[in-house]
Amino acid sequence: MQTAFEVGVFDNGAHRVVLTHDPEAPEVIRLEGIHKTYSMGDVEVHALRGVTLNIKEGEFVAIMGTSGSGKSTTMNIIGCLDSPTRGSYALDGEDVSTLSKDERADIRLRKLGFVFQGFNLLSRTSALENVELPMLYAGIEPAERHRRATEALHAVGLAGREQNHPNQLSGGQQQRVAIARALVNDPKLILADEPTGALDSRTSVEVMDIFQRLNRERGITLVLVTHEPDIAAYADRVVVFRDGRIQKDYRVNAPRDAAEELKNLPAVDEDEE
Amino acid sequence: MNVLAIIRIAFRALARNKSRAALTMLGIIIGVSAVIIMVSIGQGASATVQSQIASMGTNLLFVSAGAQNFGGVRGGAGDSSTSSPLTVEDLEAIRREVPSVAMVSPVVSSRAQLVAGNQNWSTQVQGVSEQFTDIRKWAVASGSFFTDSDVRTAARVVVIGQTIADNMFPGQDAVGQTLRVSNMPFRVVGVMARKGQDPQGRDQDDAAFAPYTSVQKKLLGNTRVQVAYVSAVSAEATYTAQTQIAELLRQRHKLGQGAADDFTVRNMSDVAEAANETNSTMTVLLGCIAGVSLLVGGIGIMNIMLVSVTERTREIGIRMAIGARSSAVRTQFLIESIVLSLTGGATGIVLGVVASVTVPLLLGWPTLVSTASIVGSVLFSAAVGIFFGYYPARKAAGLDPIDALRYE
Repeated sequence: MQTAFEVGVFDNGAHRVVLTHDPEAPEVIRLEGIHKTYSMGDVEVHALRGVTLNIKEGEFVAIMGTSGSGKSTTMNIIGCLDSPTRGSYALDGEDVSTLSKDERADIRLRKLGFVFQGFNLLSRTSALENVELPMLYAGIEPAERHRRATEALHAVGLAGREQNHPNQLSGGQQQRVAIARALVNDPKLILADEPTGALDSRTSVEVMDIFQRLNRERGITLVLVTHEPDIAAYADRVVVFRDGRIQKDYRVNAPRDAAEELKNLPAVDEDEE
Repeated sequence: MNVLAIIRIAFRALARNKSRAALTMLGIIIGVSAVIIMVSIGQGASATVQSQIASMGTNLLFVSAGAQNFGGVRGGAGDSSTSSPLTVEDLEAIRREVPSVAMVSPVVSSRAQLVAGNQNWSTQVQGVSEQFTDIRKWAVASGSFFTDSDVRTAARVVVIGQTIADNMFPGQDAVGQTLRVSNMPFRVVGVMARKGQDPQGRDQDDAAFAPYTSVQKKLLGNTRVQVAYVSAVSAEATYTAQTQIAELLRQRHKLGQGAADDFTVRNMSDVAEAANETNSTMTVLLGCIAGVSLLVGGIGIMNIMLVSVTERTREIGIRMAIGARSSAVRTQFLIESIVLSLTGGATGIVLGVVASVTVPLLLGWPTLVSTASIVGSVLFSAAVGIFFGYYPARKAAGLDPIDALRYE
């Protein structure tokens, strides 16, 4: 079994929030010896073969790997969408590896936010209602729901777009609605699965800028799955999967800074649709 | 999990696809309105029969020769071939000896050809007593009814119904005219008020009334009596009268202990019951046919909900990933189908009631909207929603969020 190794490289760039590197920070994710086996007919597929990974509060981690490397399975387990066959998983100090389907749904509702490659917004539903959705399931009062959804949309730069439906928004705007939706229940962790996979390069930088700001300004823990090294370079730490195991786990010395890059990119009219 | 929130979610989901929701409801709308219209037509027919029967007088009794066995074994009432028919003396005895009886009129009838000038008409000539108009609560429109002396003398007088008056003496006053009944001249002394159709749809105005003595002697040539109308002193006294008449007739016909009656005494509620039975059979039949369309409407809902679950697999995946429990998804889809069926049911009720009010105006059929059919339709459509919505809802709730999110 391969254990994750900490490459104790600490970034010392002046613009970094020190919280990210606080060795005393509580662990948000603690995966230990995770195995996942699927049976496809008679064949047993070992998607994960002993994954141990700790992610502390305030970290921005990119998970990389080719398809079939186990990164998506790890993502599903971290996201409480799936349970490991073997091994233990503690999320925010709570063992969640043996929870029932409904208990996992509750954990997702309270502690996790998801951002997907295909945005996954409800069609024919306004941006505001899409952002309100998790709060509907959490049973939050209408006035409070409205206030928080509006606030989250403002935070991702979509003020004035509350009533637009997804088909009236550009890809980048849709992804920002999805980020607002992931934020709105104040999660412990935001999981982003190829969030820039359907976006052009400029919009990708914009989305990464939002992620970096959420991470630095609000201290939100982020786990991002990507196969693009360019995108992984925005994270503080990169975990590379191969054949169901962690192959590499290292800190990024000087992560790309999306905000800086945006300043150097030619301005584009935000409202092109 | 907050049920109110799920109801709101279900409404939002339905509002997103209004035209499909409306089409899905159509089956239930048609089903519910059909049930209400059918039942109200049935009930309307029933109410008409009841009111016609009531208009004949609630204290009316029928006495007829021959036993009528409700099991269907013996022959019907008024069987003239029975060995001991009713006699005029029997009826006289009933009038004299039964205290709860007020009036008696025998009914003997003969089919006869009526001729006046160059007009002719074939009808049933009924021989009755002078009390007939009082017993049947049927007034004379012009002229007068014949008298007891006409009955005693077997006078050749006749009172005709409006239909006959219209056909035999068009455009003139029938009273005082001479009418040949089976080639014998009878004098028309009166014309009955218009009565319309009886519960079986026969024209009651196509009738001629003569003293029963005249009909017996001149037309029939015998003294048998097939049927008699008896009027009890009050509506409450009808049952007493029924029993007393039966006792008297058994005594007069010398029927021993255990021998079956050779006559039948029926009161109006028996008649009403028989008429009702026919009508309820019709109502149930019509209701069942309409119920089938309601069932088909329900299957339509299930069909659309199943399509909807498949089509919205991704949406279900999103909801689950966000943190919706299976039960929340199940409840959402269940509520969607209940909302569809109940809204359809409510629309169907409105349509059904409107149609039930319109039918009498357009077709002339009486209708009566019953509360039971409305309440029944509401309950049935809610049940349809739950029953036919449960399977698709369970299917939605059973989806795996990972697979559902990957679904294209």
